Amino acid sequence: MSSVASDERLTRTSLPRRLLVRPELGALIGAVVVFVFFAVLSPTFRSADGVANWLDPASTLGIMAVAVALLMIGGEFDLSAGVLTGTTGLAVTIIATRFGLNVWVAVLLSLVLALVVGLFNGLLVVRTGLPSFIVTLGSYLVLQGLNLGVTKVLTGNVLVGGLVGHSGFSSAHLVFSSSVVLGGTYFKVSIVWWLALTALATVVLLRTRFGNWVFAVGGDKVAARNVGVPADRTKVLLFLTTATAAWLVGTITALRNTSAQADAGVGDELTFIVAAVIGGCLLTGGFGSAIGAAFGALIFGMTSVGIVYAGWDADWYKLFLGAMLLIAVFANRLVRRYAERRRR
Amino acid sequence: MASTQSGAPLLEVRAVSKYFGSVIALSEVSTTARAGEVTCVLGDNGAGKSTFIKMLAGVHQPDRGEIRLDGTPVSFASPRDALDAGIATVYQDLAVVPLMSVWRNFFLGAEPRRRFGPVRLFDVAAARRITREQLAGMGIDIRDTDQPVGTLSGGERQAVAIARAVYLGARVLILDEPTSALGVKQAGAVLRYIAAARDRGIAVVFITHNPHHAYPIGDRFLLLNRGRSMGDFGKGEIDQAELTRLMAGGAELTELAHELARDADETPGTGAAARLLADDADRLAE
Repeated sequence: MSSVASDERLTRTSLPRRLLVRPELGALIGAVVVFVFFAVLSPTFRSADGVANWLDPASTLGIMAVAVALLMIGGEFDLSAGVLTGTTGLAVTIIATRFGLNVWVAVLLSLVLALVVGLFNGLLVVRTGLPSFIVTLGSYLVLQGLNLGVTKVLTGNVLVGGLVGHSGFSSAHLVFSSSVVLGGTYFKVSIVWWLALTALATVVLLRTRFGNWVFAVGGDKVAARNVGVPADRTKVLLFLTTATAAWLVGTITALRNTSAQADAGVGDELTFIVAAVIGGCLLTGGFGSAIGAAFGALIFGMTSVGIVYAGWDADWYKLFLGAMLLIAVFANRLVRRYAERRRR
Repeated sequence: MASTQSGAPLLEVRAVSKYFGSVIALSEVSTTARAGEVTCVLGDNGAGKSTFIKMLAGVHQPDRGEIRLDGTPVSFASPRDALDAGIATVYQDLAVVPLMSVWRNFFLGAEPRRRFGPVRLFDVAAARRITREQLAGMGIDIRDTDQPVGTLSGGERQAVAIARAVYLGARVLILDEPTSALGVKQAGAVLRYIAAARDRGIAVVFITHNPHHAYPIGDRFLLLNRGRSMGDFGKGEIDQAELTRLMAGGAELTELAHELARDADETPGTGAAARLLADDADRLAE
């Protein structure tokens, strides 16, 4: 037995190889490279105001990317997450302005709506066994149609405004969309939400029983079930998580703009997935990190703002992100191969 | 091996039958599993081994006959019920999640928790420590419990699953073909882990189609063929040659061997091997 063991030890992993398996390492390196690149090109980019500027888009994207990362680790996709940020923002605005309710009540009703959508997605996926890619593509289109249709019917317009001055607006604005002054620079409060939720998601994923189940249902649902993990419940809770994140982002956006647009959030769902993948999530589930997804969102935020500061055409943004995605996917595949390779 | 033949067996299966529509999957099968002993269930593909263990594991319910635990008739509505009664099943290659670390797999579904202020968190330090201790206690040498289970060999994966079931309080451990996909050396190691589980007083039900793996470790042998029992023997009632002959289909194999040998006159290359097979079959038939 001991001679067999020492033979096997010859193929044991070295420290650099084990670091490579950390899901967030690639995204961290990518974020540092992107920061240095734009910081060298543009002094504005590295100024305090510049940092506050690119942290803002990174934060709203990051809140979504972290929730989507949890869902992807659990082995599912949510293509309706982007358009749901539009739905929830519209719900807050329409309920407050057209039905005259307190903004806080509108915000809570919007949350209920988001949870209903999340529950619908989750139950449909686990009950039918259909790929979540298709199920949520369906709910994505349904929501997109509802956003436009219902908004036009109720308001006769595709832009709903006039949140300012409604009861509860100022306190809700303070919580979701105000700015924090730090050394004379205004940082959006959404950055605080983003950092807090990334920390919370990381603790849940790595240090709770539920987090262990998330990895398990994404890695091998049958094996997880065989040892007593409530696989369906875990997946439904993950869909509720992305829906809640969409509600938060929709609310932040609506209160910040004091209005909502009927086509808001369309197309963002793929950006969330790309950020999660750059952050180390495998498309096949069972592997990934919330911190990595936050770094992925940071790369997006820095690039979208940095390209403008560098004086380039914003069209290059998409090319850059496409390249990042491909590099990330190839890197992740190598990691997976390593992790799944059996020692013989 | 001290066997405790007296008293009610830990697990007793009495004349169970299972039908799927008009198909008789299992007919009037009986055996026993005692604490600290290994009951081997042997049979070829389609013999009903899977149906048999799925009934013990609570996946299927028997249509006739009964299962007794500690002498009391029991019925399991779900795998969870069987698990709660102390019957743990390790399915081949379906017992672990490859991308997760050894310690995360070890405690999957039974995570130890510790109170940190207002919340209860997964006690990772304890999970790592207990995993290492338990694996070492079973003679399983895995130095780094942080590595993904997918990087372990097939034998080591089975070992982790067995050690897990033992630690989590299984009284009856059902192993579904734990050695069948393994090389000789690894299969030997898994047999050692089975012995370790047995020595801890667990009743092991070992499903296999390999009599060479079953005989050295088994205390009782249930032979299945096409859903029927070909006998339920104590170790003293059957020897390895007879077990192998019954498993191999006895007369069928002898006939096959002679048939191959005749054909071999024209093709000398296969002749030697076929004659060896024939000799083997003849020797077993003696």
